Amino acid sequence: MWRNPAIRALIVQAVLFLVLAVFIGYLVHNTLLNLEARGIHTGFGFLEGRAGFSIPQTLIEYTSDSTYGRTFVIGLLNTLLVSALGIVAATIIGFLVGIARLSPNWLLARLATIYVETFRNIPLLVQILFWYYAVLRALPSPRQSLSLFDAFFFNVRGMVMPNPQPLDGFAATPWALLVAVVVTILFGLFAKRRQASTGKALPVYWIGLTIIVGLPLIVFLATGSPLEWTLPEMAGFNFRGGVNILPELLALWLALSIYTAAFIAEIVRSGILSVSHGQTEAARSLSLPEAITLRKIVIPQAMRVIIPQMTSQYLNLIKNSSLATAIGYPDLVAVFAGTTLNQTGQAIEIIAMTMAVYLVISLTVSFLMNLYNARTLLKER
Amino acid sequence: MTTDSTFRTEMIEAREAPDQRRGVIGWFRANLFNGPINSIVSIVVIYLLARLVWPFLEWAVIDADWIGTTRDACTGDGACWVFISARFESIIYGFYPDAARWRVDIVFALLAILVAWLAVPKLPYKKWVALFALVGLPIIAYFLLVGGSFGLEYVPTRAWGGLMLTLTIAVLGIVGSLPLGIILALGRRSKMPFVKGICVIFIEFWRGVPLITVLFMASVMLPLFVPGDFDFDKLLRALIGIMFFWSAYMAEVIRSGLQAIGKGQTEAGQALGLNYWQRTGLIVLPQALKLVIPGIVNTFIALFKDTSLVLIIGLFDLLAIIRAGLTDSNWLGFSTEGYVFAAAVYWVFCFSMSRYSQYIERRLNTGHKR
Amino acid sequence: MSEATASQTTASGSDRPMIEIDHLNKWYGSFHVLRDINLTVTKGERIVICGPSGSGKSTMIRCINHLEEHQQGSIVVNGVPMTNDVKRIEQIRRNVGMVFQHFNLFPHLTVLENCCLSQIWVQKKPRAEAEKTAMEYLERVQIANQALKYPGQLSGGQQQRVAIARALCMRPEVMLFDEPTSALDPEMIKEVLDVMIELAHEGMTMLCVTHEMGFAKTVADRVIFMDQGQIIEEAPPHEFFNNPRSERTQLFLSQILGH
Repeated sequence: MWRNPAIRALIVQAVLFLVLAVFIGYLVHNTLLNLEARGIHTGFGFLEGRAGFSIPQTLIEYTSDSTYGRTFVIGLLNTLLVSALGIVAATIIGFLVGIARLSPNWLLARLATIYVETFRNIPLLVQILFWYYAVLRALPSPRQSLSLFDAFFFNVRGMVMPNPQPLDGFAATPWALLVAVVVTILFGLFAKRRQASTGKALPVYWIGLTIIVGLPLIVFLATGSPLEWTLPEMAGFNFRGGVNILPELLALWLALSIYTAAFIAEIVRSGILSVSHGQTEAARSLSLPEAITLRKIVIPQAMRVIIPQMTSQYLNLIKNSSLATAIGYPDLVAVFAGTTLNQTGQAIEIIAMTMAVYLVISLTVSFLMNLYNARTLLKER
Repeated sequence: MTTDSTFRTEMIEAREAPDQRRGVIGWFRANLFNGPINSIVSIVVIYLLARLVWPFLEWAVIDADWIGTTRDACTGDGACWVFISARFESIIYGFYPDAARWRVDIVFALLAILVAWLAVPKLPYKKWVALFALVGLPIIAYFLLVGGSFGLEYVPTRAWGGLMLTLTIAVLGIVGSLPLGIILALGRRSKMPFVKGICVIFIEFWRGVPLITVLFMASVMLPLFVPGDFDFDKLLRALIGIMFFWSAYMAEVIRSGLQAIGKGQTEAGQALGLNYWQRTGLIVLPQALKLVIPGIVNTFIALFKDTSLVLIIGLFDLLAIIRAGLTDSNWLGFSTEGYVFAAAVYWVFCFSMSRYSQYIERRLNTGHKR
Repeated sequence: MSEATASQTTASGSDRPMIEIDHLNKWYGSFHVLRDINLTVTKGERIVICGPSGSGKSTMIRCINHLEEHQQGSIVVNGVPMTNDVKRIEQIRRNVGMVFQHFNLFPHLTVLENCCLSQIWVQKKPRAEAEKTAMEYLERVQIANQALKYPGQLSGGQQQRVAIARALCMRPEVMLFDEPTSALDPEMIKEVLDVMIELAHEGMTMLCVTHEMGFAKTVADRVIFMDQGQIIEEAPPHEFFNNPRSERTQLFLSQILGH
């Protein structure tokens, strides 16, 4: 019987299943005993309880009377905020540095290389602590704030910047923007069709840009510029008016963007290099202009290599944003798996919920990425 | 149309290129100032360097204070490295008792020899040395560092710290995650659905969550899993979390190597009448592992950088010791020195490892082409 | 030059110079790759260039459409002198089609899109017209039934035929072939050579770097032998193969035909 591979496989799996079941059962048994000994009730009832602590940055309404469940949402939103900011900045810096590494200018290429080699070889946590303690916490007190154009002020409590206050009639501007976007898309379709029928290409990018910027601007001015900027003003020991951005957010944002950008730069560089020289030569021999070669030949092929790797960097950035807890930025881990856990002691539920958030994000993105890969896979024999 | 054939009897000698740009000025013109855009870029970069790098050098080297033992020695405008030198011992050994530090030194030396042996391609007996590094070293290091037997004084892991703790976590992390990763990678390629399923779930779970939540789990949830009277060492708990976490990443690296080896080798093994474990152990795995050495080293770099996260659960690794030093009331205001020094230490380790991995990659590439 | 420009519009005789290369010199760094190349190709002429590897034959034809930059000498294509001016280079390239050793088809575009791309973006043709032209040429290289596939789905020989069609779609005056059959499996070489022979019979001006001596014998007006960056011998094929005059040519032919 042992010689039959099918039966052998079945036995192996059955044994493995038993061992795992017994092991997990043992852990559950221990856990239940321990929880009982500590007087902790399992379950998610604690989420209804009053939190009783304040959080320095809340994107939606929150007071210390809110529930523990609310702290979960607050933390999650703060995680998403810093992740979104970080992804935008890291992408921009990463692309610039990656392209700079391929520059024919020796000095610029070297500088980009130094950037990449420096920042990707220093632990992110060291970088976060550096920006927070060595740079932002070393800034002067609000009274001696460093100012930029008398509108942005940097001090030990973070950055204060003008706060836009919409007045009556401002609503027209976002509508104008929406209309402009729709018009641009329609115009793009029209241009494409016109080129297909007459062969004449229109400068779609320039005209589109003009519409998207121009139309909202005209509407904004026509409605009498209904936006008031409340400038920060010194009042006593602190600023009044304006938006205050926490130094924790700034430090985390800086560190996450600079660190991730070093990896993105390498991805961009290798993506561009992965398009063989033969492709550009073929395009040139067909007398395609450089701009078209870049747009139609190089970028589409490079993006196939870049996008999947970049997505995994984005996921890393989201997961790395959990280092917020080291400097006290109120993200999901710091608020929920930190303060809330300490107050309630509901370790298992809270850790499970926190991990589930990251897992759901990761698995969703991986799933979408697999769809993308399947769609763009180069057809081969 | 010419119908006569023409031919050459005397060859044309090679001449020198007409306007070769030579010398320093030629190099500058060719690389930095060819064309207006490039010239502007060069000038901007030079300006940036002058504004950023020079002041940094001035701060870190030229105006810095190097000698002394107390804060009074910090008189210059630049960095005061006395902050580091005054607590250098604790940065290396943590709170390890003075009298027993020779034990740490022996382990350091042993580690250095083994790493050097494995890294230099020409030295023989690689497999045995690797096996010793994976099995022998941890055992020897355990008896030396923990003590409590052979007449050595017992040193609890609470007293461990600094670079010594960082390296301990890093080395044990890789020693644990590599074998586990191999098993997971093989399991994920298994034809048995239950085995494969378990491995996929295990790998995707750890890869989907941040290391911090894993460390939190290790520090608050693991104690709940064991019988109440069992004293679960904090370092051990962190190590278990780190090993599980990185074994998932290691598994994916090794799986890519297994995929690259392909069916042909397995079939050749089957043709020779070898069973699964013989085929895997003797034919497929050795080749796959050799192929993914760069990937393994890169994972190790990531693991090494992430050892710094243990600071968050209250272990005193290199970074945590330096941070603790910054809260010393005698030494307030030296954050820049502290973090720049920490960054430099990590950088030296990671940069040399990444250079090594690039070197191996080049060697493997040429090996394949041949 | 003005003479040449004038003749571009009027002359249609078969002895109008299509390509004039005069004292061409090129260096890679300090390595002298092309040494004093002089070559005039008249309209409709078919030239085969051969020589040992590293002799500069590919580099020479790549200079003709400025994929390589030369340092000394002049190149005039269809009456247009080559300069570093981008517009001028594009003008020349429009008249010069090129086929590469490794096909260099765009893998992310279908066969049809490969053929339409430059018609749409360079010649500014309506899509329907571009597709019609593309299908005509794909028909001629007998691959029209694969028009909607991606290059990766085709065999090497099929890919190379698509590459020829793609170059022809621009209706070039000259075709350059850079070892078009060297990367192909033996059984596919014939299908590509057949297309090239047909093209030669239609009167296309062609410069082929190739080691296919059978092809040289059938279609070439002139065979050029290069070594060490210089033209060693040029002769009509029957003289070149039956009565090679230079020692190097003899040695090369004995090596290539010997086995």
